Amino acid sequence: MRARLPILGLLGALVLMPYLWMVAASLKPASEIFRASLSLWPEHLAIAENYGRVLSRVPVLLYLWNGIVVCGGILLFQLLFAVPAGYALAKLRFPGRSLAFGAVMLGLLVPPHVPALPLYVAASGLGLLDSYTALIAPFAISVFAIFLFRQFFSALPDDLLHAARLDGMGEWAIVWRVVLPNAWPAATAFAIFSVVSHWNDLFWPLIVVQGHAHATPALGVLQFRSEEAGDDFGAMMAAAVLMTLPLVLAFLLAQRRFVEGIATTGLKG
Amino acid sequence: MAGITISGLTKRFGVTQVLRGVSLAVAPGEFVALVGPSGCGKTTLMRIIAGIETADAGEVVIGERAVTRLRPAKRDIAMVFQSYALYPHLTVRENIAVPLAMRRLSAWQRLPLLGGLLPGARARRAAIAEEVVRAAAPLGLEPLLDRRPGQLSGGQRQRVALARAIIRRPAAFLMDEPLSNLDAALRVQTRREIVEIHRAVGVATLYVTHDQAEALTMADKVAVMMGGELLQVAPPEAIYAEPADLRVAGFIGSPRINTLAAAVDAAGRVTVAGLPVGLRTEARGALTLALRPEALRPAAEGLPAIAEHLEFLGDGLLLHARHTPDGAPLILRLEPEAREGLRPGAALRLGFAPSRALLFGADGRRVAARADAPLVAA
Repeated sequence: MRARLPILGLLGALVLMPYLWMVAASLKPASEIFRASLSLWPEHLAIAENYGRVLSRVPVLLYLWNGIVVCGGILLFQLLFAVPAGYALAKLRFPGRSLAFGAVMLGLLVPPHVPALPLYVAASGLGLLDSYTALIAPFAISVFAIFLFRQFFSALPDDLLHAARLDGMGEWAIVWRVVLPNAWPAATAFAIFSVVSHWNDLFWPLIVVQGHAHATPALGVLQFRSEEAGDDFGAMMAAAVLMTLPLVLAFLLAQRRFVEGIATTGLKG
Repeated sequence: MAGITISGLTKRFGVTQVLRGVSLAVAPGEFVALVGPSGCGKTTLMRIIAGIETADAGEVVIGERAVTRLRPAKRDIAMVFQSYALYPHLTVRENIAVPLAMRRLSAWQRLPLLGGLLPGARARRAAIAEEVVRAAAPLGLEPLLDRRPGQLSGGQRQRVALARAIIRRPAAFLMDEPLSNLDAALRVQTRREIVEIHRAVGVATLYVTHDQAEALTMADKVAVMMGGELLQVAPPEAIYAEPADLRVAGFIGSPRINTLAAAVDAAGRVTVAGLPVGLRTEARGALTLALRPEALRPAAEGLPAIAEHLEFLGDGLLLHARHTPDGAPLILRLEPEAREGLRPGAALRLGFAPSRALLFGADGRRVAARADAPLVAA
């Protein structure tokens, strides 16, 4: 039992190390980064140089804004479609329900890279390349989210929904006013999953976006590396820190909500 | 004022016939308890009335309106669920307000922040808030209004569910075993409170329970249901004293009613194990004689029995005996003083007043009986 903390600490440090290294490198002048000896802590701080170069040469704020728009848009539409779909699959009786659920399960088996080419052709044909729509639309319907919500909603007591119907709620009101508020942990868990994966996604933005106007943070770092920085690793690390910072902050905040969500819904009403 | 009338309801789940043509009327302002063993279809019947379940055939009328094909919300009824079904994410105040908010506010006015800014919304919300307090106060819920259901005890949740049901002043109330999750002491107290609420609100109420004590103590009328059929609908006294069916007689009353196989001789006299018991009937064939535990008395002559076991209850005495000729178990409820002279193993004669004897035919239906020459002077 007593060994648990050191072991967990060691594993945590191992996972954290690359990130810390990135942060440290972003603070160092180039001469220190390329020195043969390893040292985490910078001897001379080069914060102003590194971060200054990044901020002056690439539109960091634009990338971050693009990331927020794209991730926010994807999450919004995913919830908009997946919550009612999950509710219908979990709680409503209609012909073809098991067929629909089977289709969702099937969709889970298809990796996102498979339909990439047809989607690209479609986006190109519709003249949507280099737009927010091209970045958001392919992910607007998440079968994973439908599956997750369907499983979570199945556990909601039927009487709660009957009571809501007797109280005068329609199915639409039930979804947003009763089902979703009681599925907060599932929604938060899914939001973390969705935002993290799309914030860090490089594959799809690389396909449909050219130039800076709609570049997401991950794509921005990549472009910065190839076009601007060359071997300026200090600045590159500074760019990477700036791009990941919002995600780290958002995750820390959401993690607290996540725990709260579990704590409050654990009490059965 | 509205009543509930249902006629010819049938329902089948797969191969199981849950309801076999059930008809029942709850008059305006009446409190009817629907009682029966688990799985008799009473909850299904209630859910069909509420509109949560659809019937295969039959009609539901609430007030003057046929509601069989209406959505639950359009039926103007309120229901208290066995699990209470409170919204876990809302406070007590919000829980109670939901039925009013859904009816009086438009979809836009119900929006969390924006809704309050729309014309008229503020006044209506204030009126609703006032009514919530008025509905909550008599139930002692005022100090709990800002808590969530998860922070309440079972009894408090039950009251919140009641408040949510009465606030709307519906045409009819449905209650599905609302007391079954409470402990015994709280159940007795809440029983009375529900009756008082019913008296104050005066709305037709259908109360489903498997507990005959609840049915007998609370209701104006008791409807006994078994195997998807209503066996008898009558005031509690009549259900107890004049059961129309042997199954009703057996289900209602505790300890259970005593039953003895009986026959009729050529002269129309009822006999048990060949012994005339002082009753005459027009019925023929195999009969069942049923006697409440308090109808039987030790007597000079009568049914031969062996005393087996005595239970002292404080205010009375239960004597477990066995009918000597056919070994049928008998239970007698006696005064505590009767203990003197009763010993396990003692041979007894048990008598009864003919007026308190219940006679049932082979099909379980009640058959008429009248007193013959009395077996003992009652």
